[in-house]
Amino acid sequence: MAVTRKSAEPASSAAGAPRRPRRRLFGGRNLAFWYFVGPFLIGLAIFTYIPVGWSAYLSLFDARNTVTPASEDFVGLDNFATMLTDENFRRSLITFTVFALFVVPLTFAASLGLALAVNRVRIMRAFFRSVFFLPFACSYVVASLVWKMSIFTGVRYGMMNTVLEWFGVENIAWLAGNDPPWFWLVIVTLRIWIQCGFYMILFIAALQQIPEQLYEAAYVDGAKPGRQTFWHITMPGLRATSVAVLMLIVIQAYQAFDEFYNLLPNNGNVPYARTPLIYLYNTALGTGQDLGRGSAGALILALLIAIVTLLQGRFLGFGKSEGR
Amino acid sequence: MVASGNSKKAFADFMVNRRRMLALGGMAAGAGALSACGGDTGRDDGGDGDGASLLQWYHEYGEAGTQEAVQRYAEEYTDAGVSVEWIPGDYDAAISSALLTDDAPDVFEWHLNRAMVEAGQVEPLDDILADVIDDIPESDIARNTLDGTIYGVRMIDDPQYIVYRPSMFEDAGISAPPTTFEELVDIAIELTTSDVKGIDFGAAGGTDRLGQHMIHSLGLSFIGDDKQAGFDDPRMAEAAEQVVRLNQSDALLLGAPTDWWDPSSMSQGLTAMSWTGLWTMPVLLENLGDDIGVFPNPGFVDGSPTVFNGGWSAFVNANSSNVEAAKAFTKWLWVDNTENILDWCLSYGFHIPARLSLREQADELSSGPSAEVVAMSQEYGWAEDPDWTPTMNTAVQDWLSNVVNEGADPVDELSKTVETVNSELDGIFG
Repeated sequence: MAVTRKSAEPASSAAGAPRRPRRRLFGGRNLAFWYFVGPFLIGLAIFTYIPVGWSAYLSLFDARNTVTPASEDFVGLDNFATMLTDENFRRSLITFTVFALFVVPLTFAASLGLALAVNRVRIMRAFFRSVFFLPFACSYVVASLVWKMSIFTGVRYGMMNTVLEWFGVENIAWLAGNDPPWFWLVIVTLRIWIQCGFYMILFIAALQQIPEQLYEAAYVDGAKPGRQTFWHITMPGLRATSVAVLMLIVIQAYQAFDEFYNLLPNNGNVPYARTPLIYLYNTALGTGQDLGRGSAGALILALLIAIVTLLQGRFLGFGKSEGR
Repeated sequence: MVASGNSKKAFADFMVNRRRMLALGGMAAGAGALSACGGDTGRDDGGDGDGASLLQWYHEYGEAGTQEAVQRYAEEYTDAGVSVEWIPGDYDAAISSALLTDDAPDVFEWHLNRAMVEAGQVEPLDDILADVIDDIPESDIARNTLDGTIYGVRMIDDPQYIVYRPSMFEDAGISAPPTTFEELVDIAIELTTSDVKGIDFGAAGGTDRLGQHMIHSLGLSFIGDDKQAGFDDPRMAEAAEQVVRLNQSDALLLGAPTDWWDPSSMSQGLTAMSWTGLWTMPVLLENLGDDIGVFPNPGFVDGSPTVFNGGWSAFVNANSSNVEAAKAFTKWLWVDNTENILDWCLSYGFHIPARLSLREQADELSSGPSAEVVAMSQEYGWAEDPDWTPTMNTAVQDWLSNVVNEGADPVDELSKTVETVNSELDGIFG
């Protein structure tokens, strides 16, 4: 705040009587803007835009074990062709789709449900909000360890197996193999546990924006609390938030890496559940070091995410105002 | 790497947030820009040496005392200041990303591959090995040699084999370890009870390593002399069926909290047999006393038994500003300093010294199961080929995983694998 006021004052006094907004890029009022946005922007440029640009450059070269390929290694779009015809890469995109089919609707429903429940609670609201939000602060790696080493351990003393044994069910090796694919249960529950709280907070914020009068008016008109008001008032009121939440969940699903890497055998390098990022990680990093193909794959993936996001925005009406 | 040669690195793998590494290291541009800003490369100022200051990298060894040991070796060296960095997490990604920048270590341990030679990342070391070349086992030279030039000094050999509990064999009336993989599956099934499984092949049920063992067991090669896949053989499919049988039986320990490189499943009595490496021997001896037996991975179909000789080699960064000092240090530590080599091989986890003369002096490896391991590593051992890339290795792992986990046809799948490997080889040699 102090910065804003300080920089705003000389601007108005120097301008004299008629106040005209100054349009300089770096001074006056805009200085405050750069103070706040600058550090973030620099970080964004160094950690996101430069690497993205650089990998676009690398994707046109046969860049093995180098990030500065020589000009004779230029291969044009060969890397893109290789990646698009690569059965493993395509299969990893299918893996992701399966994963998204599980995780997107479940996370959405669970966080909305939680938000509705917590929003209704009359006592200890802050407590419940924090309790459900807390897992979001936990890293995927730590959570993966807990899921792997204590809850879903495949041997007899694992928590789930101990519980199942009370009912006479045989031990299940949760994370091994693909038949049946129990690992999805482990991975999806972990992700929901971590993410739910964050989206719950977004939903709670949106719920509190819905004017109480709408409900009152509806009751006067004879609407029954519950399903009727939920579908005709609450859901339309949550529309913009729902679309944003859906987008975030989908994007995060595309970027699945940590829990697959830490939970599955061979560091997630298994053909039946290799996610796009794990595939690219093994191609470009580690001893693979094929930065050309890895970059091409990363760009294909980024493009795919962008297309899906845009389509989703178009169909669900992202950016339109609430309830319209 | 090849057939999971990285012994305990996976232990530390849990501890790192890989997505962050992808963001940073993967598109190394960002990392490069950053490192240009920060001057701290981990080197000290060469305080105790005459100017040169060297940076040396190790992956994180799991055994107690190892980190202190390498620090001590570095301090004992007087001709240059040496700082040691102990890299937890994915060492492969860390070292290969670092080698693209100016902050790469001068001396590091790794496994030789053709790409790093072609990228000019490693310095030839023929001269520092010239005096002892006859004392180094042939396979340890071969795996560090490319087109006639030696690039790495073998530090340790880590054979991988199967360990078992003789008492459990006795109780089940089994008189001798299996000699064929088929027998191994039979025995594993026989040894399985409600509390103890027959065998632990690691979290992937052996699909991540047994394909490679089949190739060697059947007398085939990863890469043939014609620079094409050397394992296009119908017996591979027959061998894969045995791994399918093992995975479909109830005899495999799956879902243990620790993977194969950690001996816990064995010392906790969860399994009667387990895939392991020599480094676990001290812990197993301590926990199980003399109730330990070892045997090589039994032969597939009509093939011979196999032992994967994993391990680590020391390299000098060709782009280092102190190449000569780095070579001198490497010679001092891993060629001349036999006392420290023996300390490194025997005082923590067990490793076989990569020097024939030192093997004779290694008392810890001269009796009991350790001696048997040394013998079988010499008789049945195979090592990775510097031309074999991770992509090829993954193709073989995928072949077996698709056959075992998804019931794919082993012959069809193998032809796809051969195709993948050949196109990779064409890219390198074509």
